Amino acid sequence: MIEMESVAYSYGEELLSELNISISQGAFYFLTGPSGSGKTTFLKMCYGSLIPTSGILSVFGKNSSRLSRDEIAYLRRKIGVVHQDCQFLDHLNVADNIALPIRVSARNSLSDSVNLKELLNWVGLSHRSKALPPELSGGERQRAALARAIIMSPDVILADEPTGNIDWEMSQRLLRLLIELNHMGKTIVIATHDLNLIRFTKTSVQARVLRISNKTIQLAGSDL
Amino acid sequence: MASIKNILLPDRYVNQVVPTNVFTTLLTFFTSAAMAFLIVFSLAMSFAANRLAQSWSDSLANSATLRVSAPLADLERQTEAALNVLSNTNGIESFRLLKVEEQQALIEPWFGPKVPITNLPMPRLISIEEDENGYDRVGLRLRLAAEVPSAVLDDHTRWREPLVKAAYRIWFLGWLSIGLVIFIVISMMGLVTRAALSSNKKVIEVLRLVGATDQYIAAAFVRKFAFRAFFGSLLGAFGASMTLFLLPSEADQTVILAGLRLEGFEWSWLIVVPLSFFIFTFLTARIASLSILRSLT
Repeated sequence: MIEMESVAYSYGEELLSELNISISQGAFYFLTGPSGSGKTTFLKMCYGSLIPTSGILSVFGKNSSRLSRDEIAYLRRKIGVVHQDCQFLDHLNVADNIALPIRVSARNSLSDSVNLKELLNWVGLSHRSKALPPELSGGERQRAALARAIIMSPDVILADEPTGNIDWEMSQRLLRLLIELNHMGKTIVIATHDLNLIRFTKTSVQARVLRISNKTIQLAGSDL
Repeated sequence: MASIKNILLPDRYVNQVVPTNVFTTLLTFFTSAAMAFLIVFSLAMSFAANRLAQSWSDSLANSATLRVSAPLADLERQTEAALNVLSNTNGIESFRLLKVEEQQALIEPWFGPKVPITNLPMPRLISIEEDENGYDRVGLRLRLAAEVPSAVLDDHTRWREPLVKAAYRIWFLGWLSIGLVIFIVISMMGLVTRAALSSNKKVIEVLRLVGATDQYIAAAFVRKFAFRAFFGSLLGAFGASMTLFLLPSEADQTVILAGLRLEGFEWSWLIVVPLSFFIFTFLTARIASLSILRSLT
């Protein structure tokens, strides 16, 4: 699904190098490492926001370096992304923000409205559908971001520090939703430095932990 | 094609994706209105100048005046001789000796109504209308020089040509003004698009994150600008048409700006101008936004 061969990324100075990893369908990964180690860069490369400076990164069998701008846009419709800061359009209400991926892909709006209601129920935001993003709490924002990430039924969900701004109770609630999605066959990759989150998840799902250190990525031990 | 469909078909959501900025909305709307007003007026001026040039060119091109200015004692004889020459000239449809009252009317603006014209050594004037084949000007002049030495043939060329040239210059200046206004509109739309995209980087980032193509993002911006410019120019064109309608018609020659009113098919430009605004702003905003989006990685 996502394969890296000797992938490197440099912002002038090399941040990541010799990344060799294969993320398969239905897997659950945690990506850990200190701040500035390259977790966000890793995820951005996975959804085509950044192109590796060297090496081969294949997403759904396609070399990301050779994708046109439109192809990258289509790729992002197959990958759900949840950011720490959520990234909403503040002038649109929650329901419209969650439906945004459907609107931009010009799908049938009638069947989507049913999906949207179900989705709002699933993330527990039915009562907040008309609220504007700045009116939401941290946990509500993260759940809305998750709903937006999965409305297109993507195969992969990438979450960058999704629990960074929310309390432990909300983190657990969000994580349960991600685990449920994994049980539906979705591939989940979560970048986090919260070890409690990893421990909590491991009780419910077979999660692997990847650690970025010294510019490269390694499979972490089972002591986590 | 997809982009044109996105722009022309009603889509509440595409309209909402980009937040409305009141300042750019008003700027685009009222600038388009003002520019459309100027374009319609420039068009009216160009059309009026063209009509004037045509009128001067056509109505005076086939006429001439023969002036006989002999001493008073010999004036009648020379006038008779001139009339005789004209009657024997091919290509002249008609000629007519102006009456004393008509000559009096001609000099009235300069000397007043009570000039004793019969006591003055006034030349006699003969108005000539040529037929469709025209007459031989050089030949007529030579014959007049031989038979009526005091006669001078004035075919109006000397003063008609500068007037026609001046009218055509006004016509050209009108179109030049329209070209400049279009250039300003294009420049303004380029700047407004650039400003809008720059101030909405977060919107673009979010749209890209959820899989929007550059065409979709551009359409969201372009649609707004194109419609604002269209409705603004519609208002401007309507305002200009009302103003032109209130101007005096060409028949009333005593009033300044008479004849500036549009005529016949020229009124159709009131539709053409807003549609052109839509097309120009659509193309400019689309090219500018796609170019800016390409540069935003």
